[in-house]
Amino acid sequence: MKYWIGAVLVVIAAFGAALSGINEYFFYAAYIVLTFVVLSTAWNILGGYAGYVNFGTGAFFGLGSYSAVVLFKALDAPLIVQIVAGAAIGAALGFGVGIMTLRLRGIFFAIATVAILFIMETFMVNWRYVGGATGLQLLRPEVMAPFGSYTRMLFVVMALLAVIAVSIARYIQVGWIGRGLRAIRDSEEAAECSGVPTLRLKLFACVVSGALMGAAGAPMPMYLSFIEPASSFSLNWGVSALAMPMIGGTGHWIGPVIGALLLGSIQQIVTVTISNEINVLVVGVLLVLFVVLAPDGVVGLFRKWTRRFSR
Amino acid sequence: MDPALLQVKNVSKHFGGFTALAGVSLDIAPGERFGLIGPNGSGKTTLINCISGSLRNEGGSIHFSGSEISRLPAYRRTRLGIARSFQIPRPFHSMSVLENLLVPSAYVTHLRDSEGEAKAMEILADIGLADKAHALANQLSQVELRKLELARAMAAKPRLLISDEAMAGLAGAEVDEVLKILFDLNAKGITIIMIEHIMQAVMRFSQRVVCLDAGKIICEGPPTEIVRNPDVQRAYLGA
Repeated sequence: MKYWIGAVLVVIAAFGAALSGINEYFFYAAYIVLTFVVLSTAWNILGGYAGYVNFGTGAFFGLGSYSAVVLFKALDAPLIVQIVAGAAIGAALGFGVGIMTLRLRGIFFAIATVAILFIMETFMVNWRYVGGATGLQLLRPEVMAPFGSYTRMLFVVMALLAVIAVSIARYIQVGWIGRGLRAIRDSEEAAECSGVPTLRLKLFACVVSGALMGAAGAPMPMYLSFIEPASSFSLNWGVSALAMPMIGGTGHWIGPVIGALLLGSIQQIVTVTISNEINVLVVGVLLVLFVVLAPDGVVGLFRKWTRRFSR
Repeated sequence: MDPALLQVKNVSKHFGGFTALAGVSLDIAPGERFGLIGPNGSGKTTLINCISGSLRNEGGSIHFSGSEISRLPAYRRTRLGIARSFQIPRPFHSMSVLENLLVPSAYVTHLRDSEGEAKAMEILADIGLADKAHALANQLSQVELRKLELARAMAAKPRLLISDEAMAGLAGAEVDEVLKILFDLNAKGITIIMIEHIMQAVMRFSQRVVCLDAGKIICEGPPTEIVRNPDVQRAYLGA
């Protein structure tokens, strides 16, 4: 109950902020941070709960973006249709990746997800309709009624997507599905022999994770008014989506949220104050620090402190 | 004799050019205490992997209480009533001991957590792990891990329990402890297949023993006959 009140408050706050007089740049930056909340939450469903490390977040994200662009160019589809299509295509790719888990585990699975990323990028580079390697300039449609700008509207849309993603991740974590996924992470064979339908659960996790990543990618072309393959399918999406849950804590739904808000905000601040390139360095350094010093992330640190205080 | 609970007929399995099982057949009666022995690499674990579903057998058939199961995935077989422990313990190490048992209770017996926990605590009390219920599985000792393997298998409410070397590497008193647990479970009507290298334990426990060598059954009978069998002595001692 408390959770749902919080979730509704977040959406209302996002809506209120978008209608207020806050500087446009805030929404421009916050949109990216919220995108990371969705991506890292989605990553964590497969990577954190089930232990299948996906480096190919960019493949899902980019495919979501390109689905949106194709629909926009061909049918002038509205944003909501683009997002649903991005989610559907992401889910389909997720199903394919889920089938891969039949044969590939651990590092081999991770490598295969990188391969998928490159395949997707190569495909788009060679597809003229969506602009090939040079990309495509896009004209934003008129902004909808209550919003002062398109960026403000996209900010609210992404806030809504983030709340949906986190709610799904939370639902999975606290129930029997989450327990089954954790069992798979700890020992797949023992899970299967304890009655857990491992393939079905892995497929489910891959599909949900993929759908959320695809949905997160769909509004991106409209946000940039532009699309091109290299940045859409960048490996950086995957690295961030992995680093953020690691830093926040992979066991709990709040972990990726904390990680994304923390790291995403630092990245935005660093971009403005220092440089864009140092961004990636920040991710790397923080990831190394956390993996060595706090392997259970911020959530783990917090638990340690509360335990110390309760004694 | 009762109709067999488990009927393995002419099962074979190859790994590349290596024949792990070459036409193994055996019948196990409900309530039986069955011992499976054989030297290293003789196919014991492969056979029980085929029965529990971790591996698919290539030839032959496996019937469990009348229905053919050799094409079912492992989780379906667990739901039908075949549970196993692993030779090298495979606990869900990020969970507490109690939570380990809640996995099968959620997925096999479909209990709600409150009922599942009560049931799990009963099992842990029977097996002597109740005081460790809230410890993380990765904090357990070897003998406790073996017990957890058995307890988790029990939480799936099996009719057939396959114990894969539950005693390997344990000290004398610990062997007795695990042996007593298995006797108690059998007394409750659970059929047990015991795979073991510790001869004394198998001989004390089993009503009937089968010895595998190079993927074939070389002899079958009550324990007293098995130890005197020249083929068994040759397989083990290489004499």
